[in-house]
Amino acid sequence: MALLTVSGSPHIHGDWTVRQIMFSVVYALIPAFLVSIYFFGAQALVLTAISVASCLLFEFLIQKYLLKGEVTITDGSAVVTGILLAFNVPSNLPIWILVIGAFIAIGISKMAFGGLGHNIFNPALVGRVFLLISFPVHMTTWPVPRPLFARHLPEAITGPTTLGIIKEGIKAGKTIPELSSQIPGYVSDLLGNHGGSLGEVSAVALILGAIFLFARRIITWHIPVAYLASVIVFTGILWLINPMIYMNPLIHLITGGLMLGVFFMATDMVTSPMSAWGMIIFGLGCGIITILIRVWGSYPEGVSFAILIMNAFVPLINRAFKPRRFGRRVIMVTDK
Amino acid sequence: MRTFRLGGVHPEENKLSAGRPIEVLPLPSKVFIPVSQSMGAPAKVKVKKGDRVVVGQLIARGEAFISSNVHSSVSGVVARIDHVTEQSGYRKEAVIIDVEGDVWDEAIDRSPAIDREIRHTPKEIVDRIFQAGVVGMGGATFPSHVKLMVPDGKKAEMLIINGVECEPYLTADHRLMLEKGEEILIGATLMMRGLGVKTCIVGIENNKPNAIAHMSRLAVDFEGIEVQPLRVKYPQGGEKQLIQALTGREVPSGRLPVEVGCVVHNVGTAYAVYEAVQKNKPLFERVVTVTGRRLKQPSNFWVRIGTPVSALLEAVGGVPGDTGKIISGGPMMGKALTMTDVPVVKGSSGILVLPAQESQRMSVRPCIRCARCLRACPMGLQPYLLAQLVEHKEYERAGRERVMDCIECGSCHYTCPSGRPLLDYIRVGKITVGQIMRRRIKN
Repeated sequence: MALLTVSGSPHIHGDWTVRQIMFSVVYALIPAFLVSIYFFGAQALVLTAISVASCLLFEFLIQKYLLKGEVTITDGSAVVTGILLAFNVPSNLPIWILVIGAFIAIGISKMAFGGLGHNIFNPALVGRVFLLISFPVHMTTWPVPRPLFARHLPEAITGPTTLGIIKEGIKAGKTIPELSSQIPGYVSDLLGNHGGSLGEVSAVALILGAIFLFARRIITWHIPVAYLASVIVFTGILWLINPMIYMNPLIHLITGGLMLGVFFMATDMVTSPMSAWGMIIFGLGCGIITILIRVWGSYPEGVSFAILIMNAFVPLINRAFKPRRFGRRVIMVTDK
Repeated sequence: MRTFRLGGVHPEENKLSAGRPIEVLPLPSKVFIPVSQSMGAPAKVKVKKGDRVVVGQLIARGEAFISSNVHSSVSGVVARIDHVTEQSGYRKEAVIIDVEGDVWDEAIDRSPAIDREIRHTPKEIVDRIFQAGVVGMGGATFPSHVKLMVPDGKKAEMLIINGVECEPYLTADHRLMLEKGEEILIGATLMMRGLGVKTCIVGIENNKPNAIAHMSRLAVDFEGIEVQPLRVKYPQGGEKQLIQALTGREVPSGRLPVEVGCVVHNVGTAYAVYEAVQKNKPLFERVVTVTGRRLKQPSNFWVRIGTPVSALLEAVGGVPGDTGKIISGGPMMGKALTMTDVPVVKGSSGILVLPAQESQRMSVRPCIRCARCLRACPMGLQPYLLAQLVEHKEYERAGRERVMDCIECGSCHYTCPSGRPLLDYIRVGKITVGQIMRRRIKN
């Protein structure tokens, strides 16, 4: 018999590895990816491929030549960042701009903080917001969806998003009912047939992916439920106060980047709190900030900013909200 | 169906030997009986080289309050008293006996009849348990008589018998319940009398339906004893988790179970109590599961204390060639052995043989803050944080974050997708924080 291995317990390990978690997220993004190819054509495929490739390349270059350490690009985390970054840009974004975004996401937001697990802010969102601020025109020119196999092509090549139409309309003094003819219907919004970033348009596809993540227990209900609930309650109150200038909660839910943000960005493990109550507080904060920006901010969409702002609070939330300790309650023994 | 509330994991059960009746392992030619087989102070050796001993004869006496007697498990001649390597890998004092025949102490009642008649006072019961050297058979090896002496100002309300056996692979308790169920319930009745309580709950996980059915049927004839099935979840056999699962009560941090009116004993202990009190038989043998997927025949054995582990492995057809690790106990909390020439002791519930490919830990990756450890921790701790604090030697904060509450179940390390050795760090933290606390009490 060979020498025996000796180590501390436990001697068996569960099924999950970091790579399996990361690639589960990749699989969960496939429905939304297919929808984006359907509506935005080969451009969606090209942008996503370039984004993933550049994220992997930057991580490789930094790990190999700058840090001169172990190269860990196969763990899948850079793939997830690459897909999410592509999903957060318009489908006609020039490729060089996207590559800059990938560099910011991986180089600045992730590797500069110490790599996987050490970043404070969601890398894909940092990349997106950097591009939004640096290239505002490119980042807010939205191609109109042109479904594959559709015989009649829309006349316009680009157009505003639902949230954009409403924001501009309200500013110009119009009311929601007046604007309703200009915005796509609920069904179009749900399926993805409306203007927006590459991967955010189809609420249905994103929810499908989210169900997969719930089923595999990659994400828990806390953040999505808290996020969605605070959006519904907040916009619901506003809508009840004045439906002329405030959209109903349903439009808020299925437009913009909310579904992508709720299920795939706010739930990013590295940049979200760890205890159940911490996650709920985080989700509530994301929802409130999103609506503050959407309703009163100068941008029509606030999901990215909201999540990044709440990312900054995560260390504090982790300190303040501990898990429920065993033996917290003292039950007195009754003398019988 | 009930289970404990916080955390927990579901390792593969692998109860390979559940269907195998307990066989009597042939006597070895030599036994190595460590004199320290329980928590607390080692017992004082009472024999010397060349002495003839019989089975059940006292060979070392527990003289401290927390200590326990040790008896000879064989008859023969004391070859020497020496330090031998035991399961922990350390060398400890042991009595080494050359086996000759199988002559039992005459005071032991060897009749096969089950003796249900309770004829001892509570005090006598506790004393007999002490004399017989009975300790917690689930692995913790706390002297059982001490647990039956309720501290002043506290009141025990119920006895809990632990038949959970939540460790994967192990089946010793399962087989014992099937084969010695009535004796276990008599043992429980004796302990209820010793404690002065009227109720007893036997907790069994529902992956052992035959044991639940058997024990429930038997319990009908025992006043105050109830069998409660539990939904399978590791570590349900942890004392605090079991109390919470069965009664909803939570033992406060840093306190004993009696604080919430409960005293917990393992089914193996209940059986040993029965033998000690009713049959006047000291604890010198126990059931040990010998298991592993590569073994020819995973089995359960009656093993005399002091038998070398190698003898158990031979009895199941030897160690397979690709063996990488041999564990005393289960895969979640057991100790990896450095060699097989170490003796079986009172706390040895199983010997698990793992192939080489399952013996190596996975490589360690950075923490991705997935919070799986947090959700798995049955004590509601933050294992990632405790490990990080210990890594940075912030012991004061680790103490405040309740590192001492950790029961070392290993669920955190088991569940970590980055393969981080969280429990290794936490153990270091517990030892260091414990030292700091003791130093403070002294000053």
